[in-house]
Amino acid sequence: MIPAAFDYLAPTSVEDALAALAEHGDDAKIIAGGQSLLPVLRMRLNAPEVLIDLGKIDSLRGIRDDGDAIVIGAMTPHSVVGSDPLVAEHAALISKAVEHLADAQIRHRGTFGGALAHADPAGDLGGPAVALGAQFVIQGAGGTRTVGADDFFVDLFETAIGDDEILTEVRIPKHTGWGARHEKFVRIVHQWPIVAVAATVRVDGGTIAEARIGMANMGSTPVRARAVEEALAGQPATEDAVRAAAERADEGTNPPSDLNGDADYRRHLSRVLTRRAVLAAAGA
Amino acid sequence: MTATVDQVEREIGRDRRRKEDQRLITGRTRWTDNLTLPGMLHLAMVRSPFAHATITSVDTSAAKTAPNVVAVYSGADFGDELGVCINAWPITPDQVAPTHSPMPSDRVAFAGEVVAVVVARSAAEARDAAELVDVEYDVLPAALDLKEAAADTVLAHPDLGTNKSALWVFDSGEAGTGAPVEDAIAKARTDGIVIEREYRQQRLIPAFMEPRSVVVDPTGEQYVMYSATQIPHILRFALAATTGVSESKIRVIAPDVGGGFGGKLQVTPEEWIAWAVGRRLGKPVKYTETRSESLLSAHHGRDQWQKLTLSAEKDGTVTGLKVELLADLGAYVAIVGGGVPVLGAFMFNAIYKFPAYHFSVQTVLTNKTWTDAYRGAGRPEATYAIERLMDELAAEVGVDPIAIREKNWIKHDEFPFTTVAGLEYDSGNYEAATARAKEMIGYDELRAEQMARRASGDKVQLGIGVSTFTEMCGLAPSRVLGTLDYGAGGWEHASVRMLATGKVEVVTGASAHGQGHETAFSQIVADRLGVAFEDVEVLHGDTQVAPKGLDTYGSRSLVVGGEALVKAADKVIEKAKPIAAHLLEASADDLEFANGRFSVRGTDQGMAMAEVALATFAAHNLPDGVEASLDSDATYDPVNFNFPHGTHLCAMEVDTETGELKMRKYVCCDDIGNIINPLIVSGQVHGGLVQGIAQALWEEAVYDDSGTLVSGSFVDYLLPTAADTISFEVDHTTSPSLTNTLGTKGVGEAGTIASTPAVVNAVVDAVRHLGVNDIQMPCTPERVWRAIQDGGSGGATTEAAQPHFDEAEGAGA
Ligand SMILES: Cc1cc2nc3c(=O)[nH]c(=O)nc-3n(C[C@H](O)[C@H](O)[C@H](O)COP(=O)(O)OP(=O)(O)OC[C@H]3O[C@@H](n4cnc5c(N)ncnc54)[C@H](O)[C@@H]3O)c2cc1C
Repeated sequence: MIPAAFDYLAPTSVEDALAALAEHGDDAKIIAGGQSLLPVLRMRLNAPEVLIDLGKIDSLRGIRDDGDAIVIGAMTPHSVVGSDPLVAEHAALISKAVEHLADAQIRHRGTFGGALAHADPAGDLGGPAVALGAQFVIQGAGGTRTVGADDFFVDLFETAIGDDEILTEVRIPKHTGWGARHEKFVRIVHQWPIVAVAATVRVDGGTIAEARIGMANMGSTPVRARAVEEALAGQPATEDAVRAAAERADEGTNPPSDLNGDADYRRHLSRVLTRRAVLAAAGA
Repeated sequence: MTATVDQVEREIGRDRRRKEDQRLITGRTRWTDNLTLPGMLHLAMVRSPFAHATITSVDTSAAKTAPNVVAVYSGADFGDELGVCINAWPITPDQVAPTHSPMPSDRVAFAGEVVAVVVARSAAEARDAAELVDVEYDVLPAALDLKEAAADTVLAHPDLGTNKSALWVFDSGEAGTGAPVEDAIAKARTDGIVIEREYRQQRLIPAFMEPRSVVVDPTGEQYVMYSATQIPHILRFALAATTGVSESKIRVIAPDVGGGFGGKLQVTPEEWIAWAVGRRLGKPVKYTETRSESLLSAHHGRDQWQKLTLSAEKDGTVTGLKVELLADLGAYVAIVGGGVPVLGAFMFNAIYKFPAYHFSVQTVLTNKTWTDAYRGAGRPEATYAIERLMDELAAEVGVDPIAIREKNWIKHDEFPFTTVAGLEYDSGNYEAATARAKEMIGYDELRAEQMARRASGDKVQLGIGVSTFTEMCGLAPSRVLGTLDYGAGGWEHASVRMLATGKVEVVTGASAHGQGHETAFSQIVADRLGVAFEDVEVLHGDTQVAPKGLDTYGSRSLVVGGEALVKAADKVIEKAKPIAAHLLEASADDLEFANGRFSVRGTDQGMAMAEVALATFAAHNLPDGVEASLDSDATYDPVNFNFPHGTHLCAMEVDTETGELKMRKYVCCDDIGNIINPLIVSGQVHGGLVQGIAQALWEEAVYDDSGTLVSGSFVDYLLPTAADTISFEVDHTTSPSLTNTLGTKGVGEAGTIASTPAVVNAVVDAVRHLGVNDIQMPCTPERVWRAIQDGGSGGATTEAAQPHFDEAEGAGA
């Protein structure tokens, strides 16, 4: 498949990239790993005139420890995030989700920021991002602002990133010592989840002190299972208690119906997978 | 004369690594798409987005002015020289079939049909300009649902007046091969068992690895077409028959071809358009489809509704089988199109001794992609139906599914056996294959575990699926094909050329596209002529090199093509013998041929085949009246099909909470007669199994209610990878076929035919105690879950795909 012709820019700084965005406006498109954008171009679903590649901007790549948060550069490939010891230690939920994301080739090209900016509600990273309360650092001509996960995801393929802005990094508040489990339900392994549940739990002496749960493909954005989180707080980490709480997983959700599953089936899956994820995360 | 090779190691039976793999796997070979001819132009197709529409105008003016565009044509720009895509198998004399223009000018009949072609200096420029062709359509109502189409509610081709193409019937009462089935069913209704079911064979897409590609070179004395096709010879014939070019002026080359599975057993609109454009412009042209185009417009497979009635006595002895099929042809009757279900007509009775049998198929035109052969072609459908039914009968009688089969199958001492469908099965041993498969899987232990899980109400239930399949393959006896109104014969041709240096060139009309003919055929010839495996070169796939042949499909290459080779090699030996005798100054009667040597019986005198070859080349001292050539040809036409069989067992875990399936074990014991190369056989079996399992669990071509293919990419058309499958255990019993001297049976389709019902039977078996007796394919977790909830078969697939690539994504940041 051959995309329509486009011009290609590869700036080496965020400032240059922003300037290029400002100059070309609606005709331009940012390209990160291209794992979502290239199929769009090749299937000729759309045809931007200019691609601005962030791949040469070193400052957008890498993972660092910043006190109470782990900071992941937007251009860090999935494969690097997935094998990073800091992430594994302080945000294990992300490591586990990345392990399930697409296939090895896509994990090497696709980026952490690109996947989140793409905002596919079926993406594997949205659930962990909302569960962990990720903070999105967005840079524009006027400076830098930080948006919380609850406000970042606006709708299907739509985020708080403005037309003239770039997502530069994502701050993940540390959840050191929390148990984590990513339950991804698929028909074949290299598929987007039909439903995925990302759960991370702090257990204190057999009791669930806190639980944070994010779900993929249960609406037009990644969603938190807040009712379950509330119901779990202070409960014993037992099958019965978790089962009762997990029954509320689909409250307030609006899952799609498509050839991989109808809405009622997705609701059912969200309840089963939430129970399983929480129990596993709690080590029960 | 038989060439027994006792002392040297025999090639037949060795697991030789495939000679062709180095070049195929590294990609350093000639595929059609990597051919570049001087001055070659590139084509891009403009396709209809609508399932059914009148073409009101085609405006090519903007496209014609795009950079480096040489020409833009629509159907109206061509006359008869465009030709038509043929149907070579009109299954009834009154078959209703629309004319199939490669590029219609008036009306499109499926989404994806070509309406215009752009010719440019590069593929990218052709593609860019194709976006500029402005076609206006008046959308017509589309016939999409198979059952509704069969009722003629909406017409796929209004001028035909009906969607019903052909009704083909076989009745054992009328044919004299058995009793009337209605009597058997009526009797069973009063004092026996009647099982009535309706099964769906979903639509599948062959999904070969190499997309279709064609290069046309009109610059030489012969017009040359290179094509990624399974059927270079049939393609050449069809080009001559429909485009007015003399057959002698046409050369077709199938270079290395990357898979087909029946999907390249076709004469395609794209080939015909490239042919017409190349001739019109007098320049070489190339067209290679994208994967999206391939999924959309290369022919699809299966797509049937199967209404089945099985009658039996109370003890489970079968008394009759009635099969009523609706088969979706799609928009046109493809080259073998309507014949595919007929290939299944003789196989629903399978290995069982039905005294009465009735089969009918109504083929139906719809406004979907046309359908044709896909691995197994007709026989997977038949095997699925009967093997599912035998499980249902076992459940009804309350016995083990293997016991009900054993009660009804043909015993090994009853061969040769003439079936109720009129075929003569030459050999087989169902008892032996089944015993071995049971042992391999640990059948009794699994049944015990199943009982325990049921008793404890385990969330994860276990099912064991059985499929004791047989099939007819090795297409085929020309006389039989003639009685079925097939447009060609089923012979195969081979030549063996003895070179002066003692090396051998073998030419076969069976053109491989990934099967490993070069290796297996070398092994056969090496043994036969007593030459080294490495010294045999197998040539194929070019009508100038291999002028005669009927190509590769229907598991025919070895059993038909291999036998032709044996006959040609034997003729070489026959021709060499008098020459050897002359040179050895012995009587030909005193010569024997073994291990590549002629020797004079009772003496130590002898002469190697290579020496005879050199002496024949020199021709200095040949006997009078003997020609200076050992080269020989043979054309072989079998008298019967051959009938591989086997027992496949599948153990499946079903998570009753989510419907998720986990295959625990899959074993099979196939009887394919004598094996030439065990490694190639295992490749065929493993690959075949995955393809059959994929029908059971994953693959489905889904259209929405406007006739758009929504499973139009591999994101939504779920092909499994190695990560989705388990390691299979494969073994064999050996009942040599009696219909060819090698004793071989086809194996190319066996795995696909056998595995689908084994898997679905396993899934149903796991949850039957929960009130389930059917789950529609593909058995998605959702369907399994729904079936457990409501006892139905899981419901229809929602006809929408989830977007993962945002259309608005291209523009704006
Ligand atoms: C076959 C296939 C299977 C897949 N399976 C899965 C799966 O199972 N789970 C899953 O989660 N994902 C899956 N993906 C998607 C994958 O995760 C992609 O890598 C990801 O969605 C996009 O990341 P990218 O870096 O490639 O972004 P790109 O494709 O380059 O960009 C995607 C979008 O984000 C914008 N963008 C990128 N970076 C920035 C930035 N820093 N600031 C502002 N805008 C930006 C781009 O303009 C574009 O609109 C799959 C993709 C494919 C092709």
